[in-house]
Amino acid sequence: MTGRLRRAGLPYLLLLPAVVMELLVHLVPMLVGIAMSFKELTQFYIRDWNSAPWTGLDNYRVSVDLSAPVGKDLLHSFAVTCVFSVLTVALCWLIGVAAAIFMQDGFRGRAVLRAIFLTPYALPVYAAVITWAFMFQHDNGMVNHILHDQLGLTGERPFWLLGGNSFTALVVVSVWKTWPFAFLVVMAALQNIPKELYEAAAIDGAGVWQQIRKITLPSLRPINQVLVLVLFLWTFNDFNTPYVLFGKSAPEPADLISIHIYQASFVTWNFGTGSAMSVLLLLFLLVVTAVYLIVTSRGRRSADA
Amino acid sequence: MPRSFVWARRVFLTLLTLFVLTPIYVMISSSLKPLQDVSGKFRWLPSELTLRPYLDIWQTVPLARYFVNSVIVAGAATVCSVVIAVFAAYAVSRYRFRGRRVFTVTVLSTQMFPGILFLLPLFLIYVNIGNATGVALYGSRGGLILTYLTFSLPFSIWMLAGYFASIPRALDEAAWVDGCGPLNTLFRIVIPAAVPGIVAVAVYAFMTAWGEVLFASIMTNDGTRTLSVGLQGYATQNDVYWNQVMAASLVVSVPIVAGFLLLQRYLVAGLTAGAVK
Repeated sequence: MTGRLRRAGLPYLLLLPAVVMELLVHLVPMLVGIAMSFKELTQFYIRDWNSAPWTGLDNYRVSVDLSAPVGKDLLHSFAVTCVFSVLTVALCWLIGVAAAIFMQDGFRGRAVLRAIFLTPYALPVYAAVITWAFMFQHDNGMVNHILHDQLGLTGERPFWLLGGNSFTALVVVSVWKTWPFAFLVVMAALQNIPKELYEAAAIDGAGVWQQIRKITLPSLRPINQVLVLVLFLWTFNDFNTPYVLFGKSAPEPADLISIHIYQASFVTWNFGTGSAMSVLLLLFLLVVTAVYLIVTSRGRRSADA
Repeated sequence: MPRSFVWARRVFLTLLTLFVLTPIYVMISSSLKPLQDVSGKFRWLPSELTLRPYLDIWQTVPLARYFVNSVIVAGAATVCSVVIAVFAAYAVSRYRFRGRRVFTVTVLSTQMFPGILFLLPLFLIYVNIGNATGVALYGSRGGLILTYLTFSLPFSIWMLAGYFASIPRALDEAAWVDGCGPLNTLFRIVIPAAVPGIVAVAVYAFMTAWGEVLFASIMTNDGTRTLSVGLQGYATQNDVYWNQVMAASLVVSVPIVAGFLLLQRYLVAGLTAGAVK
């Protein structure tokens, strides 16, 4: 009897550490964060946040009030983040898939090239991003040296970390350090495609390009579903890249949502509104993920049938 | 192989290599330049090669202390994360039990939480735990270790569960016939067969902890600061010692990049067997 009880309890015992950690670091803080979003948690109450008065939906009202600066800025930041994420994910996916397919067959130097390609992913974020920040410097950076001094393409040295160009800079840096992840995953997925498929296709007279279109890309379908989602969530929530590239306050055209909320919370000391914005962000991501999974799974099922 | 394919490959891979290597070249060459080379107009080659930046980085900021902190935090977070993930993945892959699906879905969905959402609450919780029990989590390495180990946990559990599932059940059953209990089976059969997956997960966990910036910037103090935050110390109010920044970046990157490149075949093998199936 005790033996059976122990056996039934074993999986739960094995899960216990993971559950405790997830509760402590993710789930309980999330609930606390949701509670905070309903409080007037400004600097006056930060010492003893329990004493902060409940304010109902006020924080949410402020966050989405588009006629006031707070709401307008949040919407702008949200739009910037959406464009940034879609662009970055698309580029990372394209480069990653192309590189993995081109490197599917052996050629001289392939192992070296693979190591080179994975390096940006292995580099610690701050080391990689700070190098880019140096390259984008106005007076002593490499980018302006090439564009202005050597090629003479621009009349004046452009600013890259301020103003309109900052968005381009952010996308370039983000793609540079994220695409190798797509490459790594696709490379692994390609190894699961049976060689016989290609041999059979070659006998039937299919060329390389046709084999890629008819065999390689379709077999990547299931992994693409997860890969694109993971890339999107990482990019959308990315804090490290803009933080190291621009510092505590990002220029407006590159004002990503996580930096924006960080600013709203820690610079203006209004944690209630900051929490409300985070909750809205989470709701948005939940909806996007759910819709995405439903749509892509349905597409897959009908394609399989 | 048709010429069009070979040429497309050549052009694409060459451009990509240039894109990938340019920042790495800038990092290495700038770290060997004297300060005037990196303060004025950019130069492709150093006016003179110098190792001074590599000596100065240790004086400008207490880099050695940050280094030790990062090694302790990332190392401990990795070990804990891998152990916890192995147990959880074993349960998920080998047992059917009530709540299994809820667990996997919940754990995976924490991946989508914006870090900013639980940064402040977590900070408050750590402060309150400290006030209530005297266990200092805020500002300590322990608090950071706890935080980081859960960051890599969802991906680790997901990938290991996939990897474990690819190990034939017949091996487990043979062990049971020989009288092994579930834990014995895990340690004698499943773990040895899953070494590539476990190494892959460990690499991932270490990299996650080594590079994190947001929580490190809030949750550490002078004594426990990690590299990701400490590296910002090379920028003073008036000037940035870019040659030292590049040298320090290189010093903190070399161990992790070398480790990653040595172990990357495990990562590919782990992904192939586990996650991408």
